[in-house]
Amino acid sequence: MPKSEERMIDKDGVRIDGRKYNELRQTKIEVGILSNADGSAYIEQGKNKILSAVYGPHEVHPKHLALPNRSRLRCRYHMAPFSVEERKSPAPSRREQELSKVIREALEPSIFLEYYPRTSIDLFIEILQANGGTRCAGITVASLALADAGIPMRDLTTACAAGKVEGQLVLDLTDNEDKKGEADVPVAYMPNLDAITLLQMDGQLTLEEFEKTINLSLEGCKQLYELQKEALKVKYVAVKEEVEE
Amino acid sequence: MLAEGNYIAGENTFKKSEKLYSTRVGLVEYDERRVSVVALKAFYTPAVGDTVIGKVTDVTIGGWLLDIKSPYPALLRASDVIERSYRPQKNELSSIFDVGDLIIAKILSYDRTRDPRLTIREPDLGKITHGRIVKITPTNIPRMIGRKGSMITMIKQETNCQILLGQNGLALIKGKNIEDEQLAVMAIRKIESESHTSGLTNRVTEMLKKEKTKKSDT
Repeated sequence: MPKSEERMIDKDGVRIDGRKYNELRQTKIEVGILSNADGSAYIEQGKNKILSAVYGPHEVHPKHLALPNRSRLRCRYHMAPFSVEERKSPAPSRREQELSKVIREALEPSIFLEYYPRTSIDLFIEILQANGGTRCAGITVASLALADAGIPMRDLTTACAAGKVEGQLVLDLTDNEDKKGEADVPVAYMPNLDAITLLQMDGQLTLEEFEKTINLSLEGCKQLYELQKEALKVKYVAVKEEVEE
Repeated sequence: MLAEGNYIAGENTFKKSEKLYSTRVGLVEYDERRVSVVALKAFYTPAVGDTVIGKVTDVTIGGWLLDIKSPYPALLRASDVIERSYRPQKNELSSIFDVGDLIIAKILSYDRTRDPRLTIREPDLGKITHGRIVKITPTNIPRMIGRKGSMITMIKQETNCQILLGQNGLALIKGKNIEDEQLAVMAIRKIESESHTSGLTNRVTEMLKKEKTKKSDT
């Protein structure tokens, strides 16, 4: 294949998967799909498939981890061995540990942790299939799982990445775009409170480009926020319609 | 997750610069200037005076630890149970209540700095010997009771069962036979899944009557 054809964005500004620069991947969200966990949610964002579950608030084990003034949020981001092209060791890697921490810190501001001192909230994010932007999709789905568990929250957290590919700023990068592109900026955001809870950058951007990228991500977050709210409602509206028939 | 204007924040809501937000997924209720949200799903937060059903998880020197499905374990002290003065050397606590026993109790005291304390020193409280336990979302308990107790008395009448609702989301059903108990369980399950819809009492009555005629036919 000639090299010139391997471009991520064609001359009309259409990306390799047919999206425009400011378009999200096809996203499907479901809430409350696991019966054993206190709260759960599932997201499909393009080829990403992520399941999230929440337990708690409950007693902390081991007990010395309990905080006297607030609840402890514990978060595990984990990729299934079959989630990527080459089998991934199921043991938590450095990257997963870092992402667990990053996701925890992105979600903590949204939860009223101080309402339940000496307890813990355990959050699990399982990546069943990964195709770029899993930390963002993970935050989006985890926030819904927390809401489904009935944990009091200030707002839903929603996250979306934007970046620069072949000189153009684009929203919601796939794995390929991320690897071949110049920069990637994941942002987590609480739309009602207009607060950013996570901001990372990988690659190089000028200051002007950086600002544009953030604004692009925020637009993506707002779109996702609507999908999140919709998903929360659907769970109850479906029952209601069934009854009213 | 809902925004409002100049109102007073009620249950499950919080206010930030004239705007009101909901902290849980639920149905909004307006009462003059007060706005509150009835959560559709939540866990149990202990409140003094609540009747709860708990499971013994541990026997300690001074009492029992109970799981009441709240973020905190509840403590039932031996001196609150044993009539005469309690002496650890003499009384074997596990012979009174053992791990796994289900107990109906009332919450004596609770605040966020200390775990809830229970008491069984009231009529109808104590160990559960028979019946079945059904799990419900604690926020659906008011729904289960209905307006002035209409729902619960209706179910009791239709199924001939005794029903005791623990505020922590466990209900105890005692009936004369298994069929009656199963019928009551069915009714509770229906309320649970359709708690946010209107006209529920009538629909549950209908369902119970239909099921009963079905039974008598066979």
